[in-house]
Amino acid sequence: MKITFERRTALSRPVLFAAPVIALGLAMLTSLILFAALGKPAGQALYSLLLEPFVGWYNISEVLLKMGPLMLIAQGLAIGFRANVFNIGAEGQLIIGALFASALPIYFPEGSSPLMLPAMIALGALGGAAWAGIAAGLRVRFNANEILVTLMLTLIATQVLNYLLLGPWKDPNGFNFPQSVIFPDAALLPILLSGTRVNISVLAALLLSALAYVMMRHRFAGYQLLVGGLAPRAARYAGFTEARAVWVSLLVGGLMAGLAGACEVAGPLGQLQRSVSTGYGYSAIIVAYLGGLNPLGIVVSAFLMAALFIGGDNAMVSADLPVAAVFVFQGLLLVFYLASLTFIRHRVIFNWAARA
Amino acid sequence: MAPLLQLSGVSKRYGGVQANSGIDLSVDAGTIHAILGENGAGKSTLMKLIYGVERPDEGQVFWQGGAVALSSPSDARRLGIGMVFQHFSLFETLSVVQNMALIVPGSKTELATRIRDLGAAFGLSVDPQAMVHSLSVGERQRVEIIRCLLLNPKLLILDEPTSVLPPQSVALLFDTLRALRAKGMAILFISHKLEEIRELCDCATILRQGKVTARLDPRQGTAHELATLMIGRPMPPPVHPTPHGLGEERLALSNLTFANEDPFGVSLKDVSLSVRGGEILGIAGISGNGQQELAALISGEIALKSVASAVTLMGQPVGNLGAAARRKRGLAFVPEDRLGRGAVPDMSLADNALLTAHSRGLVQNGFINRKAERAFTADCIARFDVRTAGPQAEAGSLSGGNLQKFIMGREMMLEPSVLLVAQPTWGVDIGAASEIRQRLVAMRNAGAAIVVISEEIDELFEICDRLQVLHKGHLSPSQDVAATSVEQIGTYMIGAAA
Repeated sequence: MKITFERRTALSRPVLFAAPVIALGLAMLTSLILFAALGKPAGQALYSLLLEPFVGWYNISEVLLKMGPLMLIAQGLAIGFRANVFNIGAEGQLIIGALFASALPIYFPEGSSPLMLPAMIALGALGGAAWAGIAAGLRVRFNANEILVTLMLTLIATQVLNYLLLGPWKDPNGFNFPQSVIFPDAALLPILLSGTRVNISVLAALLLSALAYVMMRHRFAGYQLLVGGLAPRAARYAGFTEARAVWVSLLVGGLMAGLAGACEVAGPLGQLQRSVSTGYGYSAIIVAYLGGLNPLGIVVSAFLMAALFIGGDNAMVSADLPVAAVFVFQGLLLVFYLASLTFIRHRVIFNWAARA
Repeated sequence: MAPLLQLSGVSKRYGGVQANSGIDLSVDAGTIHAILGENGAGKSTLMKLIYGVERPDEGQVFWQGGAVALSSPSDARRLGIGMVFQHFSLFETLSVVQNMALIVPGSKTELATRIRDLGAAFGLSVDPQAMVHSLSVGERQRVEIIRCLLLNPKLLILDEPTSVLPPQSVALLFDTLRALRAKGMAILFISHKLEEIRELCDCATILRQGKVTARLDPRQGTAHELATLMIGRPMPPPVHPTPHGLGEERLALSNLTFANEDPFGVSLKDVSLSVRGGEILGIAGISGNGQQELAALISGEIALKSVASAVTLMGQPVGNLGAAARRKRGLAFVPEDRLGRGAVPDMSLADNALLTAHSRGLVQNGFINRKAERAFTADCIARFDVRTAGPQAEAGSLSGGNLQKFIMGREMMLEPSVLLVAQPTWGVDIGAASEIRQRLVAMRNAGAAIVVISEEIDELFEICDRLQVLHKGHLSPSQDVAATSVEQIGTYMIGAAA
């Protein structure tokens, strides 16, 4: 038997939107079975995972809080992914961004200058971009694979974070916990919705999403990146240099991740601690693909993924699910999404007679 | 007696395309039967049905009078059908006899003897111990034919066998085919070269748009009549350029040497050429002798690290500049591969216009001007007769010929001082090809300097003022077309000239 995939010629937009919906359905079904097999209350687990995040003002605000960094990072990564530059080290860039931003309040813990916060944000963006820039430089100069380099740089970033928190940046009055001093008010982002932890960074993320949309839809620079991703030889033919695409992709991705890191320490954390790295950098990869690498799609998928984070926390408590279950659910979602996209884009032809 | 192979009412459909419809064909032993048609007429599909690569949706195949259902090429080979594809399927790192042993049963010494015997009987001399990568294209084709003959076929299918050969090798191939016919073998000869078919074949079946439009004896008709049957309307007249006033030197390579890092690529040695406004220089030669490298070195896709002066545009050294910088100075380029290089298949024609025409007001302050983009594209579609749904059609949905017209049109609308065109009519049907040639000559008459890299000798003789031949990375001296001959160019193509 021979199985071949034939690309379908005409696809309507609604059909393409079906992929995430089908993926969500299949992921739910599979995890129901999995949870049941684990002996956990499956119905309760799914309720906590999928519905509870939208029940009550507090839960919704927590979803918005998590959505900000996911959206920021995913928008930056998607630009690179569409140019075939695979930055999978956003987690490390986020950590370095958080470190750069934290330097100011750690060295000026009594600071009250209104310039402190903008400077922190700028430093964070710079730090993330610089960290990703290392990978860009190595790729352009030595053709080192950016997937490996960004991933390994993440491991280094984690150790730098550990070193600083256990050593020079440890809060002297912090009972030896690996965390920095509490930041002064001048180093904190204004709260957007009073009574919640949601700060203005979610607005900034939406604004940057709009910019990403304009960049990829209407700017010639975005078009050049797209050509480089879709047909590298056509890009070379037209004279769009690959080096530029690599630099732009990685710097933008790093900048956005660094920004997210700065917003975390200046936002919900209010200090530098190890938990600044909670896997946003990796989850954002899923967010980027679930959103079809489209700036508008990413806004939606970031919201869904954030809800899943909150739901996962809830499920761990209410249904006694292990932490891994949440990651399994995320993984299922991505795999089913890619699979349903493949089946929507292609027709499968079984040829029973042919000996493959 | 029943014919060796007979097809009755055979149809094959791919998605929305009816590739073959109701085809009747009958091939007798001891004849050379031509299948003639433009690109896209359904020749390749028909051969795949006969060789068992595909199965017909409707219709029946008879072999020596009995109905057969072929479900794979090995079925076809068992019946006695052999096929030589246009693109060879040999392992370059193995010797000739090792390649044979992969398919043909028997010890290697035995095979080597049989290879020598067949070679002597049919003029297919090949050293059985030679490594395939060291063989010329003509020798590789002989290896493919011998591999078929070792299985004692009754029917041999040859897909465009002369498209890769220099003129001298074509004559040798024809002698071989005639000798095989004399032994009683049937040969299906696929081609769109009319003169060859008239010279070699006993009967011809002409396909157009998937249907048989004529069956005839090609020796009876003229090439012009065959062409009319093939394209469904009279052939456009050839465009032989008339001598014309020459302008300044626009493009020059001087003693350009390029060491290729790719072990399967070709290095160029000491290549020199010069083109002035108002002339067409043709670069002849069989593909794989450095054509791709030469084109990339002129276009700037390969930039030289040193010796910028080895390439000059309008007298300025540009050897160290990239493709974008050279385009700014007035160079335009139509590459031989359209999908993925000359055009992005997944993007619309409008977005593909942007690829190189961005400098013509399609981008303002870094923003894409969609209106200008659409207008440019619509203009290109109209002026160059591109058959498509419109500027929003995906480039990948166009046929090869139409996409080539679009790319050619886009580059010509840039009004370049120097136009480089590689294989302008590869895979393009006769009607569109002659249109493309006329456009090139018109552009030359308007004063542009044009370089055409092609392996179609007839085409080069039709439109060029001068010719140079590329062979193994060496470029021959320039010859005036009026003062040279196909034979002389052929001599350079196989590297036999002193």
